Amino acid sequence: MLNKNQIAQRLAKELQDGFYVNLGIGIPTLVANYIPEGISVVLQSENGLLGMGPFPFEGEEDADLINAGKQTITTVPGSSFFDSAMSFGMIRAGKVDLTILGAMEVSETGDIANWKIPGKMVKGMGGAMDLVASAKNIVVAMMHTNPKGESKLLHRCVLPLTGIGCVKKIVSDLAVLDITNEGFKLLERAPGVSVEEIIAKTAGKLIVDGEIPEMQF
Amino acid sequence: MNKVFNNADEALKDIYDGAILLLGGFGLCGIPENCINAIVKKDTKNLTCISNNAGVDDFGIGLMLQKKQVKKMIASYVGENAEFERQLLSGELEVDLIPQGTLATRCMAAGYGMPAIFTPAGVGTEVAIGKEVRIFDNKTYLLEYAFDADFAIVKAWKGDTDGNLIYKATARNFNPLMAMAGKITIAEVEEVVPAGELDPNQIHTPGIYVHRIFEGKNYEKRIEQRTVKKLAD
Repeated sequence: MLNKNQIAQRLAKELQDGFYVNLGIGIPTLVANYIPEGISVVLQSENGLLGMGPFPFEGEEDADLINAGKQTITTVPGSSFFDSAMSFGMIRAGKVDLTILGAMEVSETGDIANWKIPGKMVKGMGGAMDLVASAKNIVVAMMHTNPKGESKLLHRCVLPLTGIGCVKKIVSDLAVLDITNEGFKLLERAPGVSVEEIIAKTAGKLIVDGEIPEMQF
Repeated sequence: MNKVFNNADEALKDIYDGAILLLGGFGLCGIPENCINAIVKKDTKNLTCISNNAGVDDFGIGLMLQKKQVKKMIASYVGENAEFERQLLSGELEVDLIPQGTLATRCMAAGYGMPAIFTPAGVGTEVAIGKEVRIFDNKTYLLEYAFDADFAIVKAWKGDTDGNLIYKATARNFNPLMAMAGKITIAEVEEVVPAGELDPNQIHTPGIYVHRIFEGKNYEKRIEQRTVKKLAD
């Protein structure tokens, strides 16, 4: 079973040289720590920055320079600032190559729910609905089950939806899966996790085809 | 033509109960601190506030919520605010949560003189309920209307006496869009300079959109998530 940093490390293998990438809050943000050597990507922060850099040194933080998670950050050479309409304009127009975001539930048809738990938590969708409606390549980082052990990879989402038919791939603490026309397709399993365990913890339709390799980092 | 005011109290003199306000900023970054404090002092009521976030409990729009000045909030993300959540769950506050890009583009549409836009954000979700739908090239889009707001209240870094504005870093966010979208736009800036001193090549918001400008003071610029690395790292 992977911890959050290992999930981020595996997600980083989805990056390709030259990609413009939007990383959501939580585990996706950690992906920036594992960008493979020799690969150069530009990180987009939807509050209006291309070319996001690491956290600033203590004492150098600037209240006017934050990321979408409201954390103080820096810029890298070649960065640019823009307003929120242009930011979502480039997302809507498909200019961002890869979007990695978290999810509370994903369905076998690629629906995603990640913004609201009725009666319990209403924080809002932020930019998530815009991202999932437009991005061409959406990868989800998530835990395979909730703390009670119930699957979050479902036949159909129970929570209010963020978007429909949009998720292409999932990296969970147990497995890497593609979302195909036939359902979840198991690609890789986490070190020490059996195919049987993944089958038992996946409520939606799961395709297991041949030998499933262990993840490589 | 004089657009320059002495302070927030003067620039907001005619703001009235029940007004619809656009308020710039993302989180606490680039929010019009002076104007928010002036509205709190003035105790204007029944306001509709359109802003990406609702501040935190004791800063930004959160201060207006504490005094129950807000009747309706239109925002995309409202976490980090316990008082907001309490008023929402108790039904005291009317809340319309909309996607962030939709919020930005509805401001843009108003400033560009367009009545509405089509966006795919929210298709198939509760955001789409009751909305007109169009299909272009096999993809479904929702019709979203331009905002019709009484006042736009924004924060810029520098401005000149003609109302031209320049923003700094990610404090730009919604500010230029909202500046374009108000019937009356009020800009507070960290520094007002005489017209002609700012390079016209660098202007983000042309002065035509800005009706009132003043130099703000005592900026707190609170940081919501202070994340740093140690020098040793």
